[in-house]
Amino acid sequence: MVSTILKRLVGSIPNLIGVVVVTFLLTRALPGDPAAFFAGPAGTAEAVQEIRKKLGLDKSMPEQFVVYVRDLTRGDWGTSLGTGQPVLTEIAMRLPASVELTLCALLLAVSVAVPLGILAATRPGSWIDHLCRGITTAGVSLPTFFTGLLLAYFFYFLLGWAPSPLGRLDPYLSTPPHVSGFYLIDSLIARDLAAFVGAIKQLILPTITLALFVLAPLARMTRASMLGVLSADFIRTARAAGLAPTTVLFTYAFRNALLPVMTTLGMVFSFLLGSNVLVEKVFAWPGIGTFAIEALVASDYAAVQGFVLTMALLYVFLNLAIDIAYGLVDPRMRVDG
Amino acid sequence: MAEAVMSPWQKRWTALRYVVGENPLSLAAFLLFATFVLLALVGPWLAPFDALTSNVGTPLAPPSLKYWFGTDALGRDILSRVVVAARLDLGIAVAAVSISVLIGGLAGACAGFFGGWTDRIVGRLSDTIMAFPLFVLAMGIVAAMGNTVANIVLATAIINLPFYIRVARAESGVLRNTGFVEAARLAGNSEARLLFYHIIPNILPPMTVQVSLNMGWAILNAAGLSFIGLGVRPPAAEWGIMVAEGAQYIVSGEWWIALFPGAVLMLAVFCFNLLGDSLRDLVDPRRRT
Repeated sequence: MVSTILKRLVGSIPNLIGVVVVTFLLTRALPGDPAAFFAGPAGTAEAVQEIRKKLGLDKSMPEQFVVYVRDLTRGDWGTSLGTGQPVLTEIAMRLPASVELTLCALLLAVSVAVPLGILAATRPGSWIDHLCRGITTAGVSLPTFFTGLLLAYFFYFLLGWAPSPLGRLDPYLSTPPHVSGFYLIDSLIARDLAAFVGAIKQLILPTITLALFVLAPLARMTRASMLGVLSADFIRTARAAGLAPTTVLFTYAFRNALLPVMTTLGMVFSFLLGSNVLVEKVFAWPGIGTFAIEALVASDYAAVQGFVLTMALLYVFLNLAIDIAYGLVDPRMRVDG
Repeated sequence: MAEAVMSPWQKRWTALRYVVGENPLSLAAFLLFATFVLLALVGPWLAPFDALTSNVGTPLAPPSLKYWFGTDALGRDILSRVVVAARLDLGIAVAAVSISVLIGGLAGACAGFFGGWTDRIVGRLSDTIMAFPLFVLAMGIVAAMGNTVANIVLATAIINLPFYIRVARAESGVLRNTGFVEAARLAGNSEARLLFYHIIPNILPPMTVQVSLNMGWAILNAAGLSFIGLGVRPPAAEWGIMVAEGAQYIVSGEWWIALFPGAVLMLAVFCFNLLGDSLRDLVDPRRRT
C-alpha cells in the first residue's frame, strides 16, 4: 500500500523535472533582453550590464538553471510587475477560488457523465444512447467561453435567475473569514448561511459551463468501457448464475469499467485546468486564470511563469492522485506494488 | 458464379455510402465542411461589406435585413466579419496541425521503427508536453515567445504534437515486425528507405483520422487564445476576438455581437468533430464507439 504510493511518487519525478526544465526554458525565451527590459529605455550599457550581473544572466545556462531551481524551492518566484507583490503570495491568494470552481465542475461532470454513460451502455440504440452520443459530440465542440456567455445571457439577462456574472460573491454580502479560502467551506465554518447561498449562486453558472465541456470525454469513456465489460464472459456467467441485475451491473461491471474512465480523468483535468482560465475571464472570477490573463496583457512575465508552473504542478499532483487511486481500485496493482 | 471484383476505390466508395447512409449527420458535416472551405477561400469577396470599416451601419444595431447579423460597437457589419474570419481561424488551425503532423509523425515513426534511444528521447519529449495542462502550456509559450499570430500557430502545433507522436509510434511499432517490411529488408532496402517507403505510407490512414479528430480542437484552442487577448490583434476579424468584444455587451442585452461569431465557431468545430468520427468509422471500423 505505502510502497505503491511511494512508487507512484517516484514515477512522477521525471514529469516534475520536465515541467521545471520547460518553465526555465520559457523564461529564457523571453522576447528581447530581460536586462534591457528592466533597465528601461533610459538605461545605459553599463546599467544593462549591471542588471544582467544582478539577475545572473551573465552565467552559463546550467548555472542559471541551478539558481532558478534554488529560487523556486525557496519560494522566490519573482515579483509581479503589476501588483509589486511576490508572485507566490499573489498565486496562493487566488488559488482557492480556482480550485473551488474546478472541483465543483469536476463533481458535477462526474455525477452527470457516469450515470449517463452507464444508462447509454445498458440500453444501446435507445433514446438515452442517442442523447449520450449527441451530448458527447456537441460537448467537445463547445467553446467554453462562448457557452459561458450564452448561459449568462439566458439566466442573468433574460430570466434573471442567476446573479450578475461578476466574481465569487455579491458585493453587498460580506466575505467569510479566511480559513481554507473556499467560500463554500469558510461560510459554513462562520455559520453565515447568506454567504453560503450567495457563494453557491455565483458558482452555479461557471460550474455548469466548465462541467459541460469535460462531461463529453467522461460520458463517452464510461459508455465505451461499460459496453466492453458488459459483453465479457464473466458478466454472462454472473447473469447465468442468477445474480440480481443491479449486483451484476454495479459490483461486477462498473468496478471493472471504472479503470479506463479513471485513465481519461488525466485528460479531463488537462481540459478542466485549461478552460478554467477562459471561464474565469467570462465570469470575472478572481482566480489565478484571471490573474494570468491580466499579467499576459501587461507583459508581466514573472507572474505568467508562476501561473504556468502552478498549473503544471497542480496537474502533476492530480495525475499522481489518479495513479494512486487507480492502484487502490485495481487489486492487480496492489499485488504488483 | 462470377463475384464482382471491386477495385480499392470502389470498395471505399461503398464504405463511404454505407457510413453516410448509417449516419446522415456525416453528409451534413461534409456539406458544412465544404462551406467553410469555400468561405476560407473566397470569404472576402462574399462579404457584403468591408470587415474592417467602421460605421457601415449604426453602432450596436440588432440584426436586420440589411445587416443580417447586426453591427458591433464600432458599427462594423458582423456578418462580413464572421465570413472574413473563416480564413484566419481555419488558416491558423490548418497551419498548426500541418506542423504537428509533419514533426510529430516523423518523430513518432522514427521512435516506433528504430526503438532504443530514439524512442526514449521522443517519448520523454512527448511526456513532458503532456505533463502540462495543454492550454496553459500554449499560454506560456505565447507569453514567452511574443504575442504574434505565428507564435499562436507554433504553440498550437506544440500542444498537438503528443497526439501525432503517439499514433505514429504505435503504428510503426507494429508495422516494423510485419512480414512485408522484413521482406523489403531482405531485398536489400536501407533502413531509411524502409521507413519512408514502407512504414510511413502505411501510417498515413490513422494519421489522417487523428488530423480530422484534432482539427476541431486546434480551432478551439486558437480561438481560446485570442479570446484572452493573445495572438490576433483587435481590428482583425477573428471569431475568438469577436466573442471577446461582444462579451461586455451580452449582460446589457446586445446578444448578437458575441452570438454569431461564437455560433459559427461552434459549428466549425462541431463539423470537424463529426467529420473526424465518420472518417474514423471509414478507416478503422473497430474503433467505433
